[in-house]
Amino acid sequence: MTVNGWIQIAIYSLIVIALTKPFGAYMTRVFSGERTLLSPVLQPLERVIYRICGIDETEEQHWVTYAVAMLFFSAAGFVVLYGIERLQAVLPFNPAGQSAVEQSLAFNTSISFVTNTNWQSYVPETTMSYLTQMAGLTVHNFVSAATGIVLAIALVRGFARRSARTLGNFWVDLTRCVLYVLLPISIAVALFFVWQGMPQNLNAYAQVTTLEGAKQVIAQGPVASQEAIKMLGTNGGGFFNANSAHPYENPNAITNLVQIVLIFSIGAALTNVFGRMVGNQRQGWAIFAVMGVLYLAGVAVVYEAEASGNPALKALHVDQTPSALQAGGNMEGKEVRFGIANSALFTTVTTDASCGAVNNMHDSLMPLGGMVPMVNIMLGEIIFGGVGSGLYGMLIFAILAVFIAGLMVGRTPEYLGKKIDAREVKMAMLAILILPFSILGFTALATVMPAGLAGPANNGPHGFSEILYAFTSATGNNGSAFAGISANTPFYNTTLGLAMYIGRFLMIVPMLAIAGSLAGKKIVPASAGTFPTDGSLFVGLLIGVIAITGGLIYFPAVSLGPVVEHLAMNAGAHY
Amino acid sequence: MIKQIRPAVLMIAVMTVLTGLIYPLGITGIAQILFPHQANGSLIQKDGKAIGSELIGGNFTSDKYFHPRPSATTEPDPKDPAKTVPVPYAADNSSGSNLGPTSKALVDRVKADVAKLRAENPGAPVPVDLVTTSASGLDPDITPAAAYFQVPRIAKARNIPQDRLKALVEAHIEGRFLGVIGEPHVNVLKLNLALDALRNG
Repeated sequence: MTVNGWIQIAIYSLIVIALTKPFGAYMTRVFSGERTLLSPVLQPLERVIYRICGIDETEEQHWVTYAVAMLFFSAAGFVVLYGIERLQAVLPFNPAGQSAVEQSLAFNTSISFVTNTNWQSYVPETTMSYLTQMAGLTVHNFVSAATGIVLAIALVRGFARRSARTLGNFWVDLTRCVLYVLLPISIAVALFFVWQGMPQNLNAYAQVTTLEGAKQVIAQGPVASQEAIKMLGTNGGGFFNANSAHPYENPNAITNLVQIVLIFSIGAALTNVFGRMVGNQRQGWAIFAVMGVLYLAGVAVVYEAEASGNPALKALHVDQTPSALQAGGNMEGKEVRFGIANSALFTTVTTDASCGAVNNMHDSLMPLGGMVPMVNIMLGEIIFGGVGSGLYGMLIFAILAVFIAGLMVGRTPEYLGKKIDAREVKMAMLAILILPFSILGFTALATVMPAGLAGPANNGPHGFSEILYAFTSATGNNGSAFAGISANTPFYNTTLGLAMYIGRFLMIVPMLAIAGSLAGKKIVPASAGTFPTDGSLFVGLLIGVIAITGGLIYFPAVSLGPVVEHLAMNAGAHY
Repeated sequence: MIKQIRPAVLMIAVMTVLTGLIYPLGITGIAQILFPHQANGSLIQKDGKAIGSELIGGNFTSDKYFHPRPSATTEPDPKDPAKTVPVPYAADNSSGSNLGPTSKALVDRVKADVAKLRAENPGAPVPVDLVTTSASGLDPDITPAAAYFQVPRIAKARNIPQDRLKALVEAHIEGRFLGVIGEPHVNVLKLNLALDALRNG
C-alpha cells in the first residue's frame, strides 16, 4: 500500500460525502412533488407522459397496488427486451450483423437487466446489436434503477406517514425519477465521457492495419450513453465484455473516478432523503455512518491483499514492489492506468453497491481480495447499495437491530416513532433469509450436478469460489463475476435467471408489506425509554447485527472458497 | 389491479422511445459534432490509413518495438468454430485470463515469460505488468518500469544508444492527473510511433 493510494481513496470518499447533502435535498424535492430547477423544461414532458399512459397524477396507491404496478411494469419490460433480443437480426442498427440471441441466453439476459442485475453470460461485442444495446439494455439501465429508487422512497414514506393507507403512486414516482434525476445527469456525464475518449457512434467495427502489418478489428458503438446510466443506476452491464476495464469504456483515471462517484452518489444521497423525509437528517447520517465504516473496512482488506502481490510470482523473481515507476502488486487481470489502489477501490465500491461493473477481473484477485466483493454482496449490498435497494435493505436490518435492542431491555421496539411488531419483524426476516436461501441453495445444487461442475475454469477451491460468486452475484442483483466460469449454458442461464428473479422480487414484496403496515401506524412520541437511533450506539449495534447475520449464515461457504484458497496459497499449493 | 396493465405496457413503450432511442441517438448527434475524434474511437492515422486507436492496445512482437503486456484475448478457431484460439489484442472480443492466484496455468505462463525476458535483459528485475495479462486484454499502456526494461533489447535491434531511448521513454510517461489521481503509464503505440520517427529523423 502507498500513501498516494490512500490519498486517492480519501479524495474519492470526500467527494461522496460532499455530494450527499445537496443531492439528497434535490431528490427530496423531486419525490415530494415540489418544483425544481428543471421543472420549467421537464414538467410539460412529464404531463405528456401521464396523458399517453393514462395516469392520474393525484391518485395514491395502497402498498399492494404499488407492488402490482411494479410487477406488471417489470413483466412488460421483460417481454419487450426478450423480443428485441430475439429479433435483432432483422431490426436496424446492426452493422456487425449479430444474429438472434439464443433462447436461454435471451431469457437470462432479460431477467438480468429487468432486475438491475446486469449479469452478462454473453460477450456483448460479439452478441448484441446496437439496437439491443440502446433500445433494449439502456432502457432497463434507466427503468430498473428508477424502480429500485422509488421502492426505497415508498418504504421511507411508510416511516414518515402516520395512519396512512397509501405509499404514493408508482407511475408518478417512476416518471419523475427518470426525468428529473437519471436523465439529466446521464446526458451531462455521457458528453463528458465522450470528451474523455469514449466512443459514441453507430459505425461498423473499425478495421486497422498495425505498424507490424497485422490486421486488428476494433469494436465500436454508442458506448458513452450507456456507460453514464450504467454507473449512475448501479446497473453495471458493460457495453463490452471487459466492462469498465475496457479502455473504450473507461479511458483514464478521471473517467474511473467519475464512474465510482456515480456508483455511490444516489445510494449515499438517499440516506439524506430518508433523514429529511422522516424529519431528522441525523437519522440519515447514522445510516450513512454504518455504510461508511463497512465500506472503509472492505477497501482496506482488498487494497492490502492486492498490494501484497502473489507469492507464487515472487518466487519466480517477478518484481511486485511498488515504486515511482510501477504500481506493483497483483497485476494479473488489472490495467496499468488504474494500478492497485484504484482497482481495489472500484472492486469494493461496485459490490458495496449492486453495480457489478468491474475495472479489473475479480476472478484474478487474491483470495482475500476476492472474498471482500463476495461478502459485500452476501450482506445484501447495503453499503450505499444498489440505487434504492441499498437503502431498503439497510432499513430492514435497522428494523432487526431495534428488535434485538428491544429484546435486550424488554421493551417493545420502536424505530422513528413507529412500534415494530411481530408482523414487521417476520417480514424483515423473510426479506433477509431469501438471499441465503437462493445463494447457498443454488450453489449446493451446482456442486452436485455435472452441468454445474462443468462451469468453473479454475481448479481447486478457486473453482468453488467461481460457482459461489456466480449465485451470490445473481441473487444479490450485482452482476459482477468470477468471470472464468462458463455461464452461457442452459443450466447456468436458467438457475442464475431464477436466482436473479428471487433476489429481486421475493425481497421487494415483504419489504413493501413492511412499508404498508408502517404507514398505517401512529407515531409514538419519543420518551426516556426510547432507544435513540441517530447516535453511535445504534451505529455500532447495526454494524454488529449485519456482521453477525452475514457471518453466521455465510461463514461455512466462504471458508470452503477464499479462506481455504488463501491458506493453500501461503502453503505454496497450485491447482 | 388489472387496471395497472395498461399503464405498464404504455410506460415501457414511452421509456423505450425516450431513453432507448431519443437519448442515445441525441447524444450520438451532439458527440459527433463536438468531439468527432473521440466519438469515432480515437483512431490514429498514418499515411492516410488507420493503424490503431490511441486507447486500444495492439500487439507488437518484433525486437525493434516496445512490446505491450501479455493479452488473454481469443478468437474462434477457424478450423472449429466451437473452440477458441489465443489471438492477443483481439479488439472485437475483449477478455482477461480469469486465472485465479493459485492457478497452475498462471504460474506456468509467468515462468515461461520470465525466462524469455531475463534472457533479453539479464540481471534486471522483471516488472510485474510485463508478465501478467490485463483485465481487458487490450491495455494500451505499460508501466514506466516495463518500458525502461525493454530499452537494452531495442537499442541492440535498432543500433541506437540506450540513453536516447531512455530519454524517449521519459518523454512519453503520462503522470497522474493533478499529480495525484491514477498511475503513471506509457502508451505503447504512441511510444512506438515516436520510435519510428526517431530513426527517420
